[in-house]
Amino acid sequence: MHFHKYEKIWLVFGIVALTIFLGVVGVSAFSHDHTPAGGMHTIDPKKVNETAPFDKPGVTQLDDDTYQVAIVAMAFGYTTPEKLRVPAGKEIVFHVTSSDVVHSFTIDNTKVNMMAVPGQITMKSYTFTEPGKYLILCNEYCGTGHHMMFNEIEVY
Amino acid sequence: MAKYNEAPEADLKGTLICVFLVGLVIVVMWVAAYLMYTAR
Amino acid sequence: MIAAQDRKLALSNIGVAYTAFLLGTLCGLLQVFIRNDAIQLPAWLDYYQILTAHGVLLALIFTTFFIFGFFVTGMSKSLGNFGPKVRLVSWIGFWVTVIGTVLATAMIVSGEASVLYTFYAPLKASGWYYVGLALFVVGTWISSFALVSHYMVWRKTNKGQLSPLFAFMTITTIILWLIACLGVVATVLFQYIPWTFGWVDTIDVELSRSLFWYFGHPLVYFWLLPAYMAWYVIVPKLVGTTVFSDSLARLSFVLFILFSIPVGFHHQLTEPGISNFWKFLQVMLTFMVIIPSLMTAFSMFATFETAGRKNGGKGLFGWFTKLPWKDIRFTSIFVAMAFFIPGGAGGIINASFQLNEVVHNTLWVVGHFHITVGTPVAMTFMGLTFWLIPYLTGRKFTKAMQKLGFVQIVTWSVGMLMMSTAQHVLGLLGAPRRTAFSSYNNHASTLEWFDGIISSHVTMAIGGSILFLSAMLLIYIVVMTMFLSPKAVKEKDMVEFPMAESGKASTPKFLENWWIWIGIAFALIFIAYAIPLGDMIQHAPPGAEGLKTW
Repeated sequence: MHFHKYEKIWLVFGIVALTIFLGVVGVSAFSHDHTPAGGMHTIDPKKVNETAPFDKPGVTQLDDDTYQVAIVAMAFGYTTPEKLRVPAGKEIVFHVTSSDVVHSFTIDNTKVNMMAVPGQITMKSYTFTEPGKYLILCNEYCGTGHHMMFNEIEVY
Repeated sequence: MAKYNEAPEADLKGTLICVFLVGLVIVVMWVAAYLMYTAR
Repeated sequence: MIAAQDRKLALSNIGVAYTAFLLGTLCGLLQVFIRNDAIQLPAWLDYYQILTAHGVLLALIFTTFFIFGFFVTGMSKSLGNFGPKVRLVSWIGFWVTVIGTVLATAMIVSGEASVLYTFYAPLKASGWYYVGLALFVVGTWISSFALVSHYMVWRKTNKGQLSPLFAFMTITTIILWLIACLGVVATVLFQYIPWTFGWVDTIDVELSRSLFWYFGHPLVYFWLLPAYMAWYVIVPKLVGTTVFSDSLARLSFVLFILFSIPVGFHHQLTEPGISNFWKFLQVMLTFMVIIPSLMTAFSMFATFETAGRKNGGKGLFGWFTKLPWKDIRFTSIFVAMAFFIPGGAGGIINASFQLNEVVHNTLWVVGHFHITVGTPVAMTFMGLTFWLIPYLTGRKFTKAMQKLGFVQIVTWSVGMLMMSTAQHVLGLLGAPRRTAFSSYNNHASTLEWFDGIISSHVTMAIGGSILFLSAMLLIYIVVMTMFLSPKAVKEKDMVEFPMAESGKASTPKFLENWWIWIGIAFALIFIAYAIPLGDMIQHAPPGAEGLKTW
């Protein structure tokens, strides 16, 4: 098996580039906590409304610098008791699940892009820098009203 | 039997430049996406 | 010329492929106009029903039938005519696949299966939809076994020899397909069918998603590898040279068996139930599968440069002008390859772990697969169609058809460039995929997304319309070359199967020792999946009940 000299140069370049990409995302993810949405907690999809924290959906202040937001996604909306309002510059931990089919909880122009899977709890920590009104939408097909499934979060 | 395989001395300078252009597209697009990620 | 019966088999496959293509592209046209708010569907027809049909008919049915038509022709050409048993089993496979297709399509048309081609539970379609999909897969397996046994007969009579490159690559693709389907067969047989027919009440959603994506990623390589086969085996002949390196071509193909399967989690990066460790491990394996594509890029340019220099191209890039640009069989595939450069680069971004959050389930992804499967793969298949059908029917590929072929390829390229660029940009801005027309109550962000010249519904609709025009031109060419073009009687009018010679003299024999590659593939699958799937099953939440939300 013979590799042309230039092919060797090209493959070394390619492999080095890919390794750098992996290194950058890996270090950023695991040592700076920039991991994508996820989580290993499960939940009974039929008992979502009785299970904490989804029995009291909405915003809860945990301590001076941390807020928790619990959201139940369902066809075709998000259960939130009042308007969602969170402060800028504080860590917001989103907890999302679904009480029916698969949805997403996606906040426009942020890194918050979470799948909501029945039986699982998805978590994502995010700190808003800019105050404003952000569009929340579902980007996983969930039925006839999928494109009507949205909400808004206000950052103050 | 004729040797169809590329002889080592074949002139492939144009190929090298072309694949590096492909590499450039990959790197530029990736870096742009990474910057978009960090900006959000 | 291959045996008449083999030609009939190949033509039947290609015929079904283009029937699906006709219906699927029509659905695509409707979609861009609905998203543009230009038309409203009658009450009995739903956007998501059309979207399901578009995905299933084009991504699954068109590709698979075309691939088998291509394989049958090439295997008969390179290994000799099929024996009666191989032929019979191939026909059984063909009909089982057709029955599965018809059943699944009927369920979509009747509105019982608007679950898209990913059919994520607990969206619950009619059980017959899943039975249709299962039959489809089983049918392809039967056809695959026929091709494998044809190959085994050849191996037995040609002991110790490496098989022709086309046959080697066909078998590679089939091995990949058989291993990949295990995931979707497991979830459909053991999860969906018992659940939709009411034998069990609930389904484990996260497990079904993971099994689906175990299949879903190698599925895209099942589309891509036949296109790569055309690039490696057909293109060198068209440009007037031989395969650049037989051994490297084979090496890149076996690397696809190893690394295209244990990577499905990169479609699930933003979901729960899989820990970051396993997600990242599969991200690393995904990056490994980029390497054989980098090798392919080099081989292609080297093929062009070698051929161009042979034809008198001087200097650094003189060879480029010496390529057969007037040959639509070549030009179509060249443009297809060019589309794969941004397509592949976009794929690297998608798989880059947390970077996925920027693009996941946005229109970017739609743009991405239209410049991967929708152009590099589909347009390569178009480039093959131009000679494959006349070769099989013994008809002429007339001057008029060649000209029309150019118009078809140019329109497809322009339409796709417009539509996919719009989709990529809109996706980066945040517009979601898989949605009917919606402005989210005229939310400021939404209005901003669609405000651009490129990032507008109009650009997408114009692109989509041009694509549909192109698709209809192709259907015309297909019908003409299949049924109406004059028969080729003179030698010079006969359309050939352009198969390049490939020097096997320095190709190591172990490349064709399939057990090595299958063994390593399963080892990698075990490493990547055993523990996370085991955990998922062991710590499964109570299951979800099915819903019909459409």
